[in-house]
Amino acid sequence: MMIELGKYATTVMSAYGVTVLLLAVIVVQSLWRSARVKRALAAQEARMEMKSNG
Amino acid sequence: MSIWEYANPKKFMQTSSWALPWVTGLAVSAIVVGLIWGFFFTPEAEGFGSTVKILYVHVPAAMMAINIWAMMLVTSLIWLIRRHHVSALAAKAAAPIGLVMTLIALFTGAIWGQPMWGTWWAWDPRLTSFLILFLFYLGYMALWEAIENPDTAADLTGVLCLVGSVFALLSRYAVNFWNQGLHQGASLSLDAEENVSDIYYFPLLISIAGFILLFVALVLLRTRTEIRSRRLRALELRERAA
Repeated sequence: MMIELGKYATTVMSAYGVTVLLLAVIVVQSLWRSARVKRALAAQEARMEMKSNG
Repeated sequence: MSIWEYANPKKFMQTSSWALPWVTGLAVSAIVVGLIWGFFFTPEAEGFGSTVKILYVHVPAAMMAINIWAMMLVTSLIWLIRRHHVSALAAKAAAPIGLVMTLIALFTGAIWGQPMWGTWWAWDPRLTSFLILFLFYLGYMALWEAIENPDTAADLTGVLCLVGSVFALLSRYAVNFWNQGLHQGASLSLDAEENVSDIYYFPLLISIAGFILLFVALVLLRTRTEIRSRRLRALELRERAA
């Protein structure tokens, strides 16, 4: 489905484009950092448990 | 049951683990419905043409930019007064989301301003106070990164948040305070006569709800990450000391 945006097509599409892009950046960055920290914490906990078990 | 239970990291992790998928699902649904309704099924407005469709991204982002700072103010005050770590970490987690919302408001405002006002930027009270709010977000995040001791960082960023609240307030009420500049008044108000017409109002409300829910989902996710990061740091220090 495509709608007629007339002479402001570029204006409207670029506003939506910037919004989607910036929201994607914050969502991806949040997920990426969450996964990285979760992995690092699991590895650290495993290492310390191994040490405590001798 | 008291709200202070959630200041316990373990309780916060349990509750947020359950809530996060639901909030995320609701956020995505509301954003998709609000933006599709607004973009495809609302007419052009007199004087604005099809640029009126920018309303559905510009207004929610601008509202969130100010209200996220207000949330950071509340959580910073809780940290400064009651010393609950989760609240300091929630403020830290919220700042990058607020920065992105401020950027969206500034960019979409500039894109919208060009055809309407004939300029991308003007030193208008609301635009200028938003730019200052953006700089406060940057400064707040930089301060967290610059200080190694997390409690000292939380104290100093908490104080910065109190100072920045003046500009968050100015961003909201600049149009009323100075009554000049290019930017029009609020699109939504408790006074029904000031609101945009119903045909734009309902998709706008859904879009705003979507942005609020997206913020809640992201701040839960990021606070969980900050809590894990803090535990990781504590374990590394314990290992080094042993």
